[in-house]
Amino acid sequence: MSEIANGNSSAVLPAAPESPVKLAPEEPPPPASAPGQALRFMDRRPGVYSWLRVKKKFPHMWCPGCGLGAVLGAFTRALIQQDYSKDEVVVVSGIGCTGRIPVYLDCNTLHTTHGRALTFATGIKLVKPHLKVIVFMGDGDALAIGGNHFIHACRRNLGVTAIVVNNSIYGMTGGQVSPTTPSGKRGTTAPMGNIEQPFDTCALAIGAGASFVARATVYHYNLMEKLMCQAMSHDGFALLEIVSNCQTFYGRLNKAGTHIDMLKQMRDCAVTYSPALDVAKAAREGKDIVIGVLKQEHERKEYCALYEEEVVRPSQGSQVIGH
Amino acid sequence: MDIQPGKPQLLSGNEAVAYGALVAGARFFAGYPITPSTEIAEIMAVEQPKVGGKFIQMEDEIASLGAVIGASLAGAKSFTATSGPGFSLMQEHIGFAAMAEVPCVVVNVMRGGPSTGLPTKTSQADIMQAKYGSHGDYPSIALMPNSVLECFTLTIKAFNLAEKFRLPVTLLSDEVIGHMREKVVLPAPETLEIIDRVAPTVPPDWYQHYPATSTGIAPMASFGTGYRFHVTGLTHDPYGFPTERPDEIEALLQKLKNKEIHNPKDLTMVEEYMLKDAEICILAVGSVARSARQAVKMLRRYNIRAGLLRPQIVWPFPKIPVEEMLEQVQFVLIPEMNVGQVRKEVERLAKDPRHNIRGLNVMNSCMITAEQIVERVLAMELKSKGARKGGRVHV
Repeated sequence: MSEIANGNSSAVLPAAPESPVKLAPEEPPPPASAPGQALRFMDRRPGVYSWLRVKKKFPHMWCPGCGLGAVLGAFTRALIQQDYSKDEVVVVSGIGCTGRIPVYLDCNTLHTTHGRALTFATGIKLVKPHLKVIVFMGDGDALAIGGNHFIHACRRNLGVTAIVVNNSIYGMTGGQVSPTTPSGKRGTTAPMGNIEQPFDTCALAIGAGASFVARATVYHYNLMEKLMCQAMSHDGFALLEIVSNCQTFYGRLNKAGTHIDMLKQMRDCAVTYSPALDVAKAAREGKDIVIGVLKQEHERKEYCALYEEEVVRPSQGSQVIGH
Repeated sequence: MDIQPGKPQLLSGNEAVAYGALVAGARFFAGYPITPSTEIAEIMAVEQPKVGGKFIQMEDEIASLGAVIGASLAGAKSFTATSGPGFSLMQEHIGFAAMAEVPCVVVNVMRGGPSTGLPTKTSQADIMQAKYGSHGDYPSIALMPNSVLECFTLTIKAFNLAEKFRLPVTLLSDEVIGHMREKVVLPAPETLEIIDRVAPTVPPDWYQHYPATSTGIAPMASFGTGYRFHVTGLTHDPYGFPTERPDEIEALLQKLKNKEIHNPKDLTMVEEYMLKDAEICILAVGSVARSARQAVKMLRRYNIRAGLLRPQIVWPFPKIPVEEMLEQVQFVLIPEMNVGQVRKEVERLAKDPRHNIRGLNVMNSCMITAEQIVERVLAMELKSKGARKGGRVHV
């Protein structure tokens, strides 16, 4: 018998039917944290709602106007476009505002420790290479505390998609400078302005050997969705940086205005990458956000395939210890 | 390396751990090189691909345990091996695995500390770290082998406990056990009990990843099997979703604690040697218990009724056997290669002030010998006889 019949069920479940396995529940009991019946209709609607844990977790916890809403929207649409099944997608995240993305998605989700999301993703992908593993990280998460894991994941070329949502500040802890805060910009821990040089996430990933590197902003919504699809279908480690806005802290501390103003600034500062683009010249003209696919290597083998080919196949047939 | 169960052969502790893990069904290893545990990683790099498992050398120990937890969530029995400095780094993810209830095994081949300490010398100073190393109240299980054979059997036991209780389990080996080669006859794998993870049988919509059970034991689904669940290190409700409701937080932490206290049958494992009629008990763990056993034999030759009590599972601490022993004996001597980490636990259980508990603490990185223990017991014995007679005794 199942665990329900053994009396291990929680009080949330209804009285155990005689054969719980046979009676597929058309109406699963509401979880303890369900906000109410009002939202129940939503998960029957097609499209993005089918990928969200609408009944359980909404409304979300981000500030009004936060770029993460657009990121989540684009991501669910990208998942629909890619036609993945919910059971084959694993979304992993670290800590911070961006780290809260998985809890809203109705798939296999894992919210890990600060900066280490890529290491968990490595374990999952190695054991089940057929799963689509997508990792969401913030800028502090990926580049400060997780910097070491980030560069090594780039180097390994494991088939994991890393999406770094870069809002140039630590939002959840209240506006401290991050490794991507531009020089001179303020945070609560740099009241006179940041005296450090920021990381260029994409340049770092290219230098570390990632085989797919791209950048979008939350203003360029369609591009973001397209690049998410491209990154997820890339066979190897894919990095997508999404420049986002934090009007609550970055905007307020640096007098950058509302989220609308920050989006407009993204529009004005963005320039699409092409091999002929003179990045330095564009930066001098104020166009310092280079968007589009910055690097894509097709020839390089993905780690799991390489492991299968170079490690597993040669050791087949040799004696296992104890036999 | 060739291992043949059922035949006498010469093996080191680390080799036995590696083979034990394979027999237990470990199919994922992530690690980082560190003396004196590196042999385990080296053997895994060779053997895992042969049995359909995966090996990866990560960028540090934090990443190693992260990958191990990820692999375990994906359904593979996973483990890592390290030593003191790496064990310190892993504490973050040991706490995560305890909170998120992810089964995994961490082998800590102890070396001298603190910090970089003595990479090639032995110690038993990580016993308290295995219990309290990560922040917050979480249940800990730790096993201590004292021989190459036990490196094999207790590794399997560690995997069984990890899978059953959905917890990180620590195997506290040490440099002496890990690198010592001794004659050993390993039991045939078919004769050993192997516990595998219990998959849920309920329909996916009914599945709770963290159901409230009195013992804390529950079936566990893996990623990619149709059960879509959320795993987080935040305090969570039975479905795994973050919660800040005081009643749910209390229930979660109580459930974690219950794993330790509501399963004494599974989590008590001690060896007694000549303890039935003993007046003096030597309580020792790990490699030191080898010397202690020898010391008991020597003391019996002097007609001193000594006995040995050796907890094989040190965490949770074996309360009942130790309390029974304290009721029975006049003296307890606890030899250990640290400042007295086990002794403090025994003292906590000794409610009666007449209990005479003494330590023999050696921290010079050298193994405690049987002679040192005998000498100490004789001194205690003489002192007490002198005290009884009312005379002065020079020790």
